[in-house]
Amino acid sequence: MSEATGLRHWLQSYPALSLSEVDGYCLRLVCTPEQLPGLARELVEHWQAEFATLLVEEHPDRALSFTVRYYFYAPRQHHLLELRIAVAPGTELPAISDAVHAADWHEREAWDLYGLRFTGHPFLGDFVLHDEDWPEGVDPMLHRFSARQRPAGEGSGEHWQPPQLLEEEGAIVFPVGPIWGDYNESGLWLLETPGEQIRYLHTRLFYKYRAVEKIAEGQAVDQAFLLSERFAGAAALAHSWAYCQAVERIAGCTAPRRAEQLRILFAELERARHHCANIAEICGSTALSVAKAMAQNLVEDWLRLSAQVAGHRYLFGLLCPGGLRQDLHAEQRNLWIAALARLRRDLLALREHLETSSSFLDRIEEMGTLTADFAKTFGVVGPIARASGRALDLRRHLPYGAYSEWEPEIPTEEQGDGYARLRIFFAETLISIGLMEEMLTQIADGPIRTECPIRAGHALAWVEAPSGATFHWLRLAEDGSVLRLRLGTPGFRNWHAFERAIQGAAFQDFPIILATWGLSVAENDR
Amino acid sequence: MSFWPWYGLRGGQQTESWEASVPAGASPGRPVAAARQDADQFSMICPTQALRAQAGRVEVEMDHCVHCQRCRQGADPLPWQEDAAWSHWRDTHAQPFPARFRRSLHVLYVDAGACGACVNEIRLVDAPVYNLHRFGIFITATPRDADVLLVSGPITDAMHRAVVKAYAAMPEPKRVLGMGVCAINGGVFGKSFASHGGLEGVIPVDLWIPGCPPPPLAIIEGLRRLMGWTNGPAEREVR
Repeated sequence: MSEATGLRHWLQSYPALSLSEVDGYCLRLVCTPEQLPGLARELVEHWQAEFATLLVEEHPDRALSFTVRYYFYAPRQHHLLELRIAVAPGTELPAISDAVHAADWHEREAWDLYGLRFTGHPFLGDFVLHDEDWPEGVDPMLHRFSARQRPAGEGSGEHWQPPQLLEEEGAIVFPVGPIWGDYNESGLWLLETPGEQIRYLHTRLFYKYRAVEKIAEGQAVDQAFLLSERFAGAAALAHSWAYCQAVERIAGCTAPRRAEQLRILFAELERARHHCANIAEICGSTALSVAKAMAQNLVEDWLRLSAQVAGHRYLFGLLCPGGLRQDLHAEQRNLWIAALARLRRDLLALREHLETSSSFLDRIEEMGTLTADFAKTFGVVGPIARASGRALDLRRHLPYGAYSEWEPEIPTEEQGDGYARLRIFFAETLISIGLMEEMLTQIADGPIRTECPIRAGHALAWVEAPSGATFHWLRLAEDGSVLRLRLGTPGFRNWHAFERAIQGAAFQDFPIILATWGLSVAENDR
Repeated sequence: MSFWPWYGLRGGQQTESWEASVPAGASPGRPVAAARQDADQFSMICPTQALRAQAGRVEVEMDHCVHCQRCRQGADPLPWQEDAAWSHWRDTHAQPFPARFRRSLHVLYVDAGACGACVNEIRLVDAPVYNLHRFGIFITATPRDADVLLVSGPITDAMHRAVVKAYAAMPEPKRVLGMGVCAINGGVFGKSFASHGGLEGVIPVDLWIPGCPPPPLAIIEGLRRLMGWTNGPAEREVR
């Protein structure tokens, strides 16, 4: 029996579970709250399934009635699983985060935004909505809440105090943020230290919460597309691709072959630029200014190439449901091919210089280590996971678009430290360059867009964004307006584990560790 | 062993001339107003109302343009030009800094909900090709030392207080520069319970730099305008 049928067989024989395989890619199950924790634990521990995302939807007519969907995927079986649970008003769900720790932040978020309580969760409260600002008991994702204006009332005002666990004499909490001394994204990092070593880190995010999921509701498909594209501008193409896939899946349409190939090309272009920007930040964090300048030149080169082949430095305005808005011309293709050779040469030179700089390596080796165990427990994704020995990549494990034909190589490292992450950024950039070179000579002729009818329905879609797996869930109404948009982003997954990599580091290593993680706050906060 | 000073010197001077035309790809460009018979209908393709039909012409409101490119895709597009001198004063009373600031201007950057593209462009203003420091402009770590507050993002509810406090902590004379369409009017995020919909009404603003995101050249041009310089990189005509 193959592993895929084994999993299905196990689920079919699970007592009192209704299993319906609606389409080829997803096993859908309806379960009860009592079944949930045991089922989730078995899936993750026995079947090695990965938690994908959690989605709460309020019933359109019955206030405070929720449908909660837990998504998992089984990388080896290439299967996606949906556990659906109906929650009656006023009832709670058992927390699964002690078994599936990756779901921890998802449960906190659902409590904060929907008022849905998870029994047994130890840390509900002060998360997305900050207690000192936001009035108690107002749940903004509920239908009855109007997104248009801020509700009256304040939180507990200026009385919020950063937590302090350390009780030694001379111990302090050193705040970093939300305004930085240089160009970092806003967020608050509280370093607890007795003087030199960081004993605890408390990460407080969502200073940039723009409520994208809420304000998308009621918007037309085209309008919400702009939100999906621009809520995390450093990975605009990846997120807009996931959004387009969701619309296409609802409509039952597929983009033409040429469009699917071009999407891969632009996605790899974005990945390469994203990783080079992280490399520049890592060099800058160690004050290696020549290396930073060399990496900045690479970033600027990628951006100028993007503008020349796509019209925009961050690839905005390129995709649409059904394909692409604009084609790639022969001269743009030639320019692209020529640029790749130059960029590979410069990238290899920079890597060689860095790998022989012992003073630089001293700063990032064994720094900010995320062990393989923690990587699994927290369910981190993307380059962070691959640097900690987890060969996970949706392009391989749940192939979408034309990736089933163009399987990228997945590099992994075992150490999980800053240097391992740097090596992953370099390796993946080089693999992306190779993939682009191969594809650019073999793009199919034909149309770049097919008519994508807007239909009522819902669908989950996913993309391996530069920073890892992203899952977008979309429900559309008859008139083509968005009823629910869920953005399950890699930033939201990886920030959760970041604190684990800091404990025990020296004070001055904090910005270096932050740079080697290279996480987007905008992608987390949404 | 790596010998970084040599690698740096070997690369030669990489900074691009300020007066030269905008290098290819250094700006996403922007639509240009044009007379057209279908002005009423054509201007409706803009999802952010940056195009406006007026007396048989399509006018462009740069403060609303997010470079979605819809008006340059398709069979009969609007002309676009690649330039980067996009900044404009908020009102007629606004004044540049006195001349003594022309060799030393210190800027504090605050991210008030930006998507990451603005942040990425700011990170490049000190890249070798742009070399912000040649104009005597520096990024500073604290509002106490800052002459300019450079803000991007739609001003989220949680950053509102931080922006107000940073402004209050700056010594006089001070100027505020709103960067990107989000800081001007909220951009695609607009005004909601979570976003203030731009800097207007939060702190007094002197200069706007439109764009989504404004490229490094546009950011530097805006900072130079605050210092009283008015020349910018030359336009580059493209279709």
